[in-house]
Amino acid sequence: MERLKSILLAEDNHMDVELTLEALGRHNLANDVEVVNDGEEALDYLHRRGKYSSRLEGNPAVVLLDIKMPKVTGLEVLKEIKGDPKLRMMPVVVLTSSREESDLIKSYNLGVNAYVVKPLGFEEFVTAVSRLGVFWAIINEPPPGTSSGIA
Amino acid sequence: MKSILLAGDNQIDVELTQEALGRNNLANDVVVVGEDGEAPDYFRQSGNYAGRKGGNPAVVLLDLKTPKVGCLKVREEIKGDDSLRTIPAVVLTSSNEETDLLKSYQLGVNAFVVKPVDFHDFMEAVSRPGAFWAIVNEAPPAGVRSG
Repeated sequence: MERLKSILLAEDNHMDVELTLEALGRHNLANDVEVVNDGEEALDYLHRRGKYSSRLEGNPAVVLLDIKMPKVTGLEVLKEIKGDPKLRMMPVVVLTSSREESDLIKSYNLGVNAYVVKPLGFEEFVTAVSRLGVFWAIINEPPPGTSSGIA
Repeated sequence: MKSILLAGDNQIDVELTQEALGRNNLANDVVVVGEDGEAPDYFRQSGNYAGRKGGNPAVVLLDLKTPKVGCLKVREEIKGDDSLRTIPAVVLTSSNEETDLLKSYQLGVNAFVVKPVDFHDFMEAVSRPGAFWAIVNEAPPAGVRSG
């Protein structure tokens, strides 16, 4: 249970990246977070291609996925993950500022594991992301094929 | 406020889980249903749950000694029904077997929690899912249909 697992954070807003890392850091979960800034980069990372072609095999314990990102949107990334036999069991949590019900419904229909709306206040944001991180990076047992992270 | 539905295959385990969930001071009701048939009644507001208030639960916690069997049942009951299939389902189990883990994910559970043997660790580990799923996660709206 104490093993540190890796997290992929796909987020184009630098302020939100900083805040998320800050929140994860409160539970010492920020060490093994890979940050990508758009959907295309997220897919490159997961498929180990492009600049990620030499990364070690293994999926992250969880993907934190923003919806509104350049090039390839979060929903398209989610659709590709859940349609790929090698990736589909990997937990994906949408982390978004979208309160649109259509995004919520689409995400669940595509098979998202959880959907978190970013709270607007700083403390609320940090609390929510900390709980998210603790649950998905420590408590949840990820599927076989997950990389064990950098110890 | 959506409820947390707790379904299990062992009375003592379920009571311990309830105790751990209670430590969060969650405002959500924890509804405990027996293994056989009661969960579908709860969802469909029929049988013992005819006329109950509220929509779908925020999360279904499956407290299972035998995840494979339990998950197969849940798949039939929840994941096979379009109006229910998006409700998050989380397995809580003492099983460390990789086949149970794999099977559960293949059947579409949202998360899989191995319950620690140590009492303190157990309380800690089981209260966390409550906090995440009841407070942080945005549950799907009732009656979400696929497609």
